[in-house]
Amino acid sequence: MINLSLKKNEMPLQDPKERINNFDEVSLGYSLEQAIDEAKRCLACKHKPCVKGCPVEIDIPRFIQKITQGEIEEAYQIIGESSSLPSVCGRVCPQETQCEELCVRAIKGESVAIGRLERFVADYHHNNKHLLIEHVQSNNHKIAVVGSGPSGISCAYDLAQLGYKVTMFEALHIPGGVLVYGIPEFRLPKEIVRTEIKTLQDLGVEIETNVIIGKTLSIEDLFEDGFEAVFIGTGAGLPKFMNIPGEMLNGVYSANEFLTRVNLMKAYHQSSATPIQMAKRVAVIGGGNVAVDAARCAKRLGAEEVSIVYRRSMKELPARLEEIEHAEEEGIIFKLLTNPVQIIGDEKGYVQSIECVQMELGEPDSSGRRRPLIKKDSNFIIEVESVIMAIGTTPNPLITSTTKGLDTNSSGCIITKDDSGKTSREMVFAGGDVVTGAATVILAMGAGRKSAHAIDMKIRSLNQK
Amino acid sequence: MFLITEKRALAPKVSLMKVKAPYVVKHAKPGQFVILRVEENGERVPMTITEANRVDGTITIIFQEIGATTFKMNQLNAGDYLHDFVGPLGRASELEGLKKVAVVGGGVGCAIAYPVAKALHDQGAIVHTIIGFRNKDLIFLEDEFNQCSDMLIVTTDDGSNGNQGFVTNALKKLLESGERYDEVFTIGPLPMMKFVSLTTKPFNIKTIVSMNPIMIDGTGMCGGCRVTVGNEMKFACVDGPDFDGHLVDFDEAIRRNQMYSPFEKRQLDENCNLLRGVKHD
Repeated sequence: MINLSLKKNEMPLQDPKERINNFDEVSLGYSLEQAIDEAKRCLACKHKPCVKGCPVEIDIPRFIQKITQGEIEEAYQIIGESSSLPSVCGRVCPQETQCEELCVRAIKGESVAIGRLERFVADYHHNNKHLLIEHVQSNNHKIAVVGSGPSGISCAYDLAQLGYKVTMFEALHIPGGVLVYGIPEFRLPKEIVRTEIKTLQDLGVEIETNVIIGKTLSIEDLFEDGFEAVFIGTGAGLPKFMNIPGEMLNGVYSANEFLTRVNLMKAYHQSSATPIQMAKRVAVIGGGNVAVDAARCAKRLGAEEVSIVYRRSMKELPARLEEIEHAEEEGIIFKLLTNPVQIIGDEKGYVQSIECVQMELGEPDSSGRRRPLIKKDSNFIIEVESVIMAIGTTPNPLITSTTKGLDTNSSGCIITKDDSGKTSREMVFAGGDVVTGAATVILAMGAGRKSAHAIDMKIRSLNQK
Repeated sequence: MFLITEKRALAPKVSLMKVKAPYVVKHAKPGQFVILRVEENGERVPMTITEANRVDGTITIIFQEIGATTFKMNQLNAGDYLHDFVGPLGRASELEGLKKVAVVGGGVGCAIAYPVAKALHDQGAIVHTIIGFRNKDLIFLEDEFNQCSDMLIVTTDDGSNGNQGFVTNALKKLLESGERYDEVFTIGPLPMMKFVSLTTKPFNIKTIVSMNPIMIDGTGMCGGCRVTVGNEMKFACVDGPDFDGHLVDFDEAIRRNQMYSPFEKRQLDENCNLLRGVKHD
C-alpha cells in the first residue's frame, strides 16, 4: 500500500534549547514504524531516477522496498553493494541536490526521505546484528591507500573485497580524516566513524596512523616496500585566509584549526588537554557547511552571540538547507550581503571587532552565482572576540611536492586522466577533494570506488601479460 | 604506542628521551621536528629532533618541563610508552655550502642548536658556538658542543659559571672584533632570537631563527602556527621552522605564543594537584 502523504515523516530532533548546551547528535533518527511508513511513500519507479543522482549508485528503490517488508538487514546488504559508509552518508550527504532531487514524489510534495532511510538502515544494522565478515581469498597484491577520509575508506573497502592486501596510511593519530577532525559530533557521532573503520579492519585492511606520506615515507618508499599501486585520497586540507589586515591577531582561527581543536582534540571536554578560546561573541566568515558547523560549535562552547558573515544572500548560501534551519533554531545570526575588510585588535593583540562593508549582487560571475559588489560608504563595525575563517580549503602539497612526475593544476589539485583516477604517474591513482578541490563526502567516496576498480583492472592486466 | 628506550635528566627540569620510531628516523634531518602525544586525550606537542639514530631506530628529543604535557612527559621513564609520535615534520635546515657559522642557543633551545652545530662541523665548517643559560646548574650538552665547535662560549645570566652576560653580548663582541660568518644560526626563546637578529642586522649577516609556535597537526592543516615573515603569512610547520630572522615579526609571534597561557597555567596546576595530592590555590 503506497503512503500518499505529500510530506516526509519528520525527523525527531533534540530540542534546540537543550542541544546548544551539548555536543550530542541533533537528529535522533526514525523508529522502525516511522521508517516503514516513510518507505511506503516510495513508488518503486521502474526507471529509478533517484539512482542517477547517487554518486555511488546505490539501488535505492530496491533497499527501500526491503524496508517496507521489515527486512532491514537485507536492505543493509543492498546498500552495502555500493556504499562503504551508509551510516555516514545517511547523515551528511546533500540528498536534496542528489537522489532526493530526482525523486518522482518531489514533483508534487516532498521527496521520499531517502537519506533518513539510509541512516535508519545502517544504524539498525549496527545496533542489531554483528555481521560475520566473509573472509575473501587474498590475492597477495599489496596496495597503499594514502589518507583515511571518505575517498580512502571507499577505495580500501572495495579493494579489500576484491582480495587485495590494503594498507591505509593516516597522518593524524586517529583514522577518518574530515569525518573525525572536521564534521562535528552533533552532526556525525564519532562512534559511528569508529564502527565504520572497524568494519574496514575486519575486512583485513591494515591502518597505519601517525605516518605522513610525503614526509615520513615517500611515494617511492611505498613502491620499494612492495606496494604495487598507490591511491592518494588526502583531501583538501590547507586553510585559506582572506589576506585582510588583522588575521594574525589572537582569536582569529581558520575553521580547520577551530574544528580540529573541537572535534579531533575534543577541546570541549574537561579531560582534553587541548585549549580553545571561549569567546562571548564570534563571527564566522563564509557560508558553506564548514562555516555552519563552526558557528554551531562556537554556540555549544558557550558563545552568546554567533554570526555567520556571508557576502552573498541567503539564496546563494552554499550550506545545506537542513543545516541552515538547525543553525537558525539554535540562534545563529546570519549577517548576509556582508564582507569583512579588516579585523581590529586591542592593545594586547586580541580581536576586538571586525570592520565590514555591505554588498549588493550584480551580474552572474563564472560560477553562475551573482557577483557580490561593495556598496559605497557602507562600512560598519561588528564587535566580536573571535573570528573564524571558513572561506574554503585547498589540497596539501606535501605529497605532490615530494613526488616526481605527479602533475597538478594551478589550484594544486592532482590532475587525473579520466574518472578512473589515473594520474600522470604510473600506478598512482587519486580521488576525492585532492583532485576536485573541496567537495562532498559522497563525491569523494564515488571517486575512491572508481579508482579501486581501475586499480583492480590494471593489476589484472599486468598479471595476464 | 612508541617505546621510550632511554630517559635521563640533563639539568633540573630538562630531560633527554630516546624514542623508538624507525619510520621517523628514515628521512629525519637536522632542523626537523616531531609531534607527540603523551596519552589518549593528550595535546599534540611539537618537539625538535636532537638526533636520529639510523642504527637503533631511535629519535632523541630534549625537553624542558614547562607546561602540563611536559610535566607528564617527565614522569615517564625507559620502558614506558608515548601514545603518538609522528614526523619528521618541517623543512630541514639549509646548511649546504656554509663554511663559517655562529650557532647561538639559549636554554632548552640548545637541544635544537646542537644537531645543527654537529651537522655543520661534520661537513667541515668552522663553528663558533655561543650558548646561554640562566645559571650554571642549568647548563647541558656542554661536552657535546665542545666536540663540534671550533670555539665555545657559555654564558650565564647570573654569572655563576664565571661568565656573566647574555648570548647577544658575546655575539656582539665577536662581531665587533672582526669575526664574520656566512650565517648566524639562533635557537632559543623568542625574545632572545629577536635580539640576536637585531645584533646581526647592522653587520648584515644572514641570521636564521627556528620558530616554535603553537600548532596542532604540523602538516599545514590548521594554520595555528602562522608567522609573519617579510609581510607574508607563513606556516611554521611546513614553510619553516627556519626563517630569516631579519624578516620575522617577533613581537607578533611573542603575542601569539601567549594566547593560551592562562589555560596552560590552570592545566599545569590541576596536574600537579592530581599527581602530588597537594591542593594549593
